[in-house]
Amino acid sequence: MAERSFKTEVGKLRLGAGELFRGEGILAVTKALLQSGVSYIAGYQGAPISHLMDVLTDANDILQELGIHLEHSASEAAAAAALAASVHYRLRGAVTFKSTVGTNVASDALANLASGGVTGGALIIVGEDYGEGSSIMQERTHAFAMKSQMWLLDPRPNLPSIVRAVEQGFALSEASHTPVMLQLRVRACHVHGRFIAGDNVRAVFSLAHAMERPARDVNRIVLPPATYLHEQEKIRTRWPAAQQFIRRHALNETFAADSQDFGIILQGGMYNTTVRALELLGLATPFGESQVPLSVLNVTYPLMEDEVLRFCSGKRAVLLIEEGQPDFIEQNLHAILRKAGIATTLHGKDLLPMAGEYTALVVVNGIRRFVDLYAPRLIARPKPAPVVVPSLEGVVHPRPPSFCTGCPERPIFTAMKLVERELGEHHVSCDIGCHLFSILPPFNIGATTMGYGLGWAGASAFSTPETSKRTISIMGDGGFWHNGLTSGVGNAVFNRNDSLLVVVDNGYSAATGGQDIPSSQSATCLSIADAVRGVGVKWVRSITRTYNVARMRDTLREALTTHEKGPKVIVAQSECMLNRQRRERPALEKRANAGQRVVRERFGVDADTCTGDHSCIRLSGCPSLTIAPNPDPLRKDPVATVLDSCVGCGLCGEVAHAAVLCPSFYRVAIITHPGAWERLRTRVAGAVISLLQRSA
Amino acid sequence: MQPRAITLAILAMGGEGGGVLADWIVDLAEHSRYYAQSTSVPGVAQRTGSTIYYVELFPETAAGEPVFALMPVPGEVDIVIASELMEAGRAIQRGLVTPERTVLIASTHRVYTMTERTAAGDGRVDSDVLLAACHGSAARFVPADFAAIAQQAGSVISAALFGALASTGTLPFERAAFEEAVRRGGVGVERSLAAFAAGFQTDRVAPKEPLPLPDIVATGVRRLTEYQDEPYARLYLERLAPFRAWNDAVLLEETARYLALWMSYEDAIRVAQLKIRRERFARVRQESCVGPGQILHIHEFLHPRAQEIADILPAWLGWARPLFSLVSGEGKIVRTTSILGFLQLYAIACLRPFRRGSVRFQREQKRIEEWLALVQAAAREDRTLARELAESPRLLKGYGDTYEKGRQEFEAWIAAKTNRPVE
Repeated sequence: MAERSFKTEVGKLRLGAGELFRGEGILAVTKALLQSGVSYIAGYQGAPISHLMDVLTDANDILQELGIHLEHSASEAAAAAALAASVHYRLRGAVTFKSTVGTNVASDALANLASGGVTGGALIIVGEDYGEGSSIMQERTHAFAMKSQMWLLDPRPNLPSIVRAVEQGFALSEASHTPVMLQLRVRACHVHGRFIAGDNVRAVFSLAHAMERPARDVNRIVLPPATYLHEQEKIRTRWPAAQQFIRRHALNETFAADSQDFGIILQGGMYNTTVRALELLGLATPFGESQVPLSVLNVTYPLMEDEVLRFCSGKRAVLLIEEGQPDFIEQNLHAILRKAGIATTLHGKDLLPMAGEYTALVVVNGIRRFVDLYAPRLIARPKPAPVVVPSLEGVVHPRPPSFCTGCPERPIFTAMKLVERELGEHHVSCDIGCHLFSILPPFNIGATTMGYGLGWAGASAFSTPETSKRTISIMGDGGFWHNGLTSGVGNAVFNRNDSLLVVVDNGYSAATGGQDIPSSQSATCLSIADAVRGVGVKWVRSITRTYNVARMRDTLREALTTHEKGPKVIVAQSECMLNRQRRERPALEKRANAGQRVVRERFGVDADTCTGDHSCIRLSGCPSLTIAPNPDPLRKDPVATVLDSCVGCGLCGEVAHAAVLCPSFYRVAIITHPGAWERLRTRVAGAVISLLQRSA
Repeated sequence: MQPRAITLAILAMGGEGGGVLADWIVDLAEHSRYYAQSTSVPGVAQRTGSTIYYVELFPETAAGEPVFALMPVPGEVDIVIASELMEAGRAIQRGLVTPERTVLIASTHRVYTMTERTAAGDGRVDSDVLLAACHGSAARFVPADFAAIAQQAGSVISAALFGALASTGTLPFERAAFEEAVRRGGVGVERSLAAFAAGFQTDRVAPKEPLPLPDIVATGVRRLTEYQDEPYARLYLERLAPFRAWNDAVLLEETARYLALWMSYEDAIRVAQLKIRRERFARVRQESCVGPGQILHIHEFLHPRAQEIADILPAWLGWARPLFSLVSGEGKIVRTTSILGFLQLYAIACLRPFRRGSVRFQREQKRIEEWLALVQAAAREDRTLARELAESPRLLKGYGDTYEKGRQEFEAWIAAKTNRPVE
């Protein structure tokens, strides 16, 4: 069950032609897919398109009505491979994942797909996780489009343009027999806007049609000598076909074409930022009426030579606004202009920064420099004094994401901290997932992260008989099923590595929003421990309650010190607290309302005995374990305190015991609708205690 | 002048309902014949990290559909809403709050950062610095503890902030239109509206008056009488008497403070005494929000180590200390709301009269005397050093290993300052 529910919002997917759709970008993309007559959709979650998978899941009823198969792929590679259905058949299919990391994983399948080409429209919707809020390395999807010669759409970030890009993307794919990538930036995925809907379309040629009348064409299979044919096809037929389609359907747009003898070429995704920048410089109205010619590349690959030349000819200079690096488009434009012998000066990353996100401020400054070069008096507005920001250095702390309240992963790292005290530090190889928050305070655990599922493989070089010290690797259950079972566990067994892997088994792909995975209770419920044994690991320990810090610590110690050689795996199981609370809270409320006995537990700290050392926080970091002013007039340091958001996971108590901290922690159980015997017993105890308290 | 979009940035932490607030604003605008756009970069920031939601509004006119920006431009933001004081500071740091046009609505409560929470001692940032920056940077600053306001109304902070936004009159919509948006939201409507109304109150509760300074010496006397007995409190006053001669209020107060704390060091007897007090039971009850008909059980997490048991033994049994190291103490959970559990701690608390004879009592008294002598000696020559020495027992905190580490630090510090070891 995913974190965010779109159950009510998916109703909008039923809107018909002419009706006004209001909603989030990803919902508009889904609607556009339905309007395009797709037969299948596959994908793998990851910001910023996690919610696209969630929307599709919640819309499954509507998809089934239209005969659409939705596949929750095991990885991005699996998703991309699903597009094979469009190779021989006139089936439209779409896949989606996070980029560039997902595209990295998918690129083997994508390269094969792009080589043989497609018959039915194949659309790859990538969430470009670049710039502010990104959780991955800063790279561009553009390179993948270039290397495999797939067309790359980067539409203006408003819903009508995005919807049109989806619909035209399929048509372009079919016209050029080439898969098409649709790139959506983070903010575009989450943008709320409106567009006029069309009717949903059921595919005329269905999956059943294809399965009942199988077809094959050996020339579409990626095997020599067909591969040599494919390469020639890409250049001789598919490329020109694509250009013809892009031209005929005016996928790129030009505004105020001849208003100046200079102009701006920009990626479609940069359109809104560029227009705002022009508006702030007094060169555009809020409605996008620009005084400077704009050539908007809604298709950023391939570039249209004729369109570019038409825009540039007669202009002294153009500014290219291309976010990210390397400057692929800029290099390409230089080549186009030079080959055509056109003297127009091309500016780009000389006036704009080479690297980093093109925020509105960056673009404002770049355009001002450009316009001042060619029309010094055009910008009437004086350069505003830079915003004077009072120095708050050291006062405003960074607030990175962290483990949630009651997270079952926290005690694993608490136990690692305790083992570290005994055995010293170990090299720790991390993976991708919530557990990566361990690299930040208070735990400061982990040295590298090489990619999803690659936690154990990332430690594989550390395999030598010259030391008895072992490495520790961490892997989430998501990464485990994504590829870690083979690239990590199988690899360690095959190479006889003598090291430890801790698999964090919280039951969901938690970091991306709590989607189900093969070991989820609500899905196929596969056992990670069995899978690990199945590929040959002998030393396997399962801990079914990660909050048992002492047991966790002892098992870690055993794994790191045992004389038994070979790969060792600890499966640390406890359900993701976000998901658990979402499931249990309403159920408990229902029981309480029905008059049934309900117990709620939470922890507390006695300010009387807390001396303000905060070692409990340094071993936990739980958001609900924080500090408060000391109520004791004699003491100055703040005391530890537990907020009411505490879910009573038990870690605080376990830590107080395992680390022998202090006697300040207590757990309360609040019992609603207690039984008669329980009430009586409590009353008697209360009376006796009250008597003793009076005498004390 | 050209018309321009109304721009609005919301700074919140993951899980605080910043998205709900943005949704309400969009819904409010769209039902008031405005174009509205909201964006965010949630990602993993949902997991308690800082997040910005950005909203732009523009009236529906014949002129056409506006082109909205997807991110705030420094110096071009009309309204900034911060769900917490340091987040307001972050907005200022990012240049989103400017004196020319920004109305800043900020909750003044603090959600402490990891850095502040994990500091041993006091690592808190000075709120006054943040408040001063808010006053200095905004065209108009609307501060209040919206978290408390929302809690009193039984709702979440986003509703109270939405009320505050309505009260500023910055958006061209009537209060009723705001409330309609909350109703259309459909979740917890009544409570949200109550929090909205509370947030709308322009005559907000004035910031709390600073508490009158406590009389440290009197507090110390009360503390030690309760801790041990009246003679012990008299000993406190006697030990303090020589310090009155210096006519140095700071030196006297700090010596009085740390002398009282040191003399009431936390041993098993003290912990038991504090745990079973009637007022403590009442406080836990109140903090746990126990309603009528509900039962409360309190479970203490105790870990009496051999060392701590040995500490409360009579000194003449000091030779037996090593024997206790053979006892490997396991953590214990004691339910003090049960008769048996209560009696266990009650029995330990009853050992109070015997404390004077314990190993630790004698050891601590010796150390206290040495410390006092050092402060006294320093006061003759160097008043600053004397004050520093008076405050130095602040390092003595925690239990078990933590206490031991603190004590070593304390002694190293003293040795460094006075060029002579304490012990």
